[in-house]
Amino acid sequence: MDQLLQHLLNGLLLGATYSLLGIGLTLVFGLMSVVNFAHGEFYTLGAYAAFAALMVASVHFFLAIPLAIVVGAAAGAVCERGLLRPLRGQSIDTVMLVMIGLWIAMQNAELLGWGGVAKSVPTPFPTQPLVLGPVSVAPLRVFVFVVSAALILGAHLLLARTKLGRAMRATFQDRETAALMGVSIERIHTVTFAFGAGLAAAAGALLGPVFLLYPSMGDLASLKAFSVVILGGLGNFAGAALGGLVLGVAEELGAGYVSSGYRDAVGFLMIVAVLLLRPSGLFARAERVG
Amino acid sequence: MTRAIRALSIALAVLFAVGAPAAWAQDTVKVGVIEPLSGPVAASGNYVRMGAEIARDWINGKGGVLGRKIELLIEDNKSDPKEAATAAEKLIVRDKVPVIMGAWGSSMTLAAMPKLAEYGVPMVVETSSAATITKQGNPWIFRISPPSEMEALGLQKYLKDFGIKQADFLAVNTDWGRGSVAAFGDLLKKSGGSVGTVEFMDQAATDMNAQITKVKAGSADTLFLTTSVEQITLVLKQAQEQRLTRKVITTGGSSSPSQLIKQAGAAAEGTYHILFFLPWFPEAMPDGKLAKAFVDEWAKRGHPFEGLTEGFRGHDGVLTAVEGVRLAGKADPKAVQEALWKVNVMGLNGPIKFEKDGPAGKESGQSKPSIFIVQVKDGKIALPAFAAKK
Repeated sequence: MDQLLQHLLNGLLLGATYSLLGIGLTLVFGLMSVVNFAHGEFYTLGAYAAFAALMVASVHFFLAIPLAIVVGAAAGAVCERGLLRPLRGQSIDTVMLVMIGLWIAMQNAELLGWGGVAKSVPTPFPTQPLVLGPVSVAPLRVFVFVVSAALILGAHLLLARTKLGRAMRATFQDRETAALMGVSIERIHTVTFAFGAGLAAAAGALLGPVFLLYPSMGDLASLKAFSVVILGGLGNFAGAALGGLVLGVAEELGAGYVSSGYRDAVGFLMIVAVLLLRPSGLFARAERVG
Repeated sequence: MTRAIRALSIALAVLFAVGAPAAWAQDTVKVGVIEPLSGPVAASGNYVRMGAEIARDWINGKGGVLGRKIELLIEDNKSDPKEAATAAEKLIVRDKVPVIMGAWGSSMTLAAMPKLAEYGVPMVVETSSAATITKQGNPWIFRISPPSEMEALGLQKYLKDFGIKQADFLAVNTDWGRGSVAAFGDLLKKSGGSVGTVEFMDQAATDMNAQITKVKAGSADTLFLTTSVEQITLVLKQAQEQRLTRKVITTGGSSSPSQLIKQAGAAAEGTYHILFFLPWFPEAMPDGKLAKAFVDEWAKRGHPFEGLTEGFRGHDGVLTAVEGVRLAGKADPKAVQEALWKVNVMGLNGPIKFEKDGPAGKESGQSKPSIFIVQVKDGKIALPAFAAKK
């Protein structure tokens, strides 16, 4: 029983970060129809930005994370203006190829800039774990969970309650009508992509200290993000949030009770099942943004 | 007129690009090096590279080999077996190296081996531990690192002191990890112990909590951990988080314990590590003077101290490869391969001399390296009380 509780806890903690990754991608993928293969690279960028802030500029840990989000969002905005806007109207395959190119370019830039050796990020949290009955968890991971949850909530509120959020939803429901209603389509596209990139960077800045930083860390993150997006349904915000948790718990239980070597396979098997049985995602009835 | 000038300048540029390296090539003996310089195991690959560069500079300082300087052609296998095979092909076909050192990970080395047999070029294996490397019947392989079975034998004399009754295994899911589990599992069973939980993790995995939870639920007293220093750091931190209080023994020799102390802190306390070089006690090595000189040169170059336990492999590998060229009398792959059997040098780990290993007629070379055990005590490295320095 203790084992099960620990597995569930591990799964939830992991799942929250998967949700964060998935939400950023589902917005871009579902709403802009852009297959963002470089999503994992914004995750990596966020992690290295936080590292740079901490180690080079000696910024305090709790400031490094918002800084990383800003850097990620800014990079996202630049990418959207520079790469995606000229491609507006092109086929989805063209955009996909360009994003793959961006992925390769960004990863090799990290490699060139930071070197291939993994770096570890010091944190202000004590290493002694918190003991909650039969399970234990490191304070850092609790912090990551709390911040992830807060960011997810914040993102939801931004989409559901603000004028900007309404404009975003309108644009992606019907571009022409939204334009007629006075929404600047160009600005919305830039903001959406920046938003997705910022969330990915947040995930990177949060997870960097938990694990290690190295240039190819975004590859696995990208894969998980895509899994979450498919599980939750394209463009489905709540679906991505829940899908992330489902994936995290499924992976932990799969690794714990079936086979640890096939841990990642659990996620992919779930995707295959979802695509076969419920292609619009597990949570298709939940709120759709577009 | 301008078109003619442009055509001429392009022709000249091409001529220089093609001609110049060809001119240089005559003057150096090229040694190919394949290491993971990026990807999940990049720390170790870079340390090996640093050690190789020290060996190159020392050898060139003494005049090189066969009257020529040696040149290292270093390829990055990106911690990926596919890239290791590509790198081997590139070094052999494009750069025409007479000998290679590499490729760190067992899976990477195994992937490069068919290329060696195809083109007939010898490779000095400096790190890989999988038994299959020397048992496959590839006569172009010469290994100076111990296979997991030899490591296990090295541990055998301390088994009673460790008092292991049941051990769990957590290993990276590669040829190295799986081979190590088999070798140490066999050792344990032969000595009357038993094997508990056996779990694997993907080379690039960062979250091993599921495996640790399973290990914790068992009743073993020891955990054998076989993976790169990056993953050992993560496993130790996550084990601390889950309050796992087993005795931990890392195998493979690539645990860089000083780096573990730096990055995992208190989580590394009490862990044991099988190593093949002791930079904290260089006098204890078979050639204490050489070891001390290497440690000093490493520090002089500003390399991180924690990389020494891995960097020595690069030195010994290049030393062996170059000695093979020297004994061959020419930088020809087949001659070097025959000459490697006659190599008898003193490396940082100890004497390097190859014995036959594998199926008759196609034996690979395997030397018998020295094996040591250290423990992390009070944030420092110490020889365990029961382990003599031999």
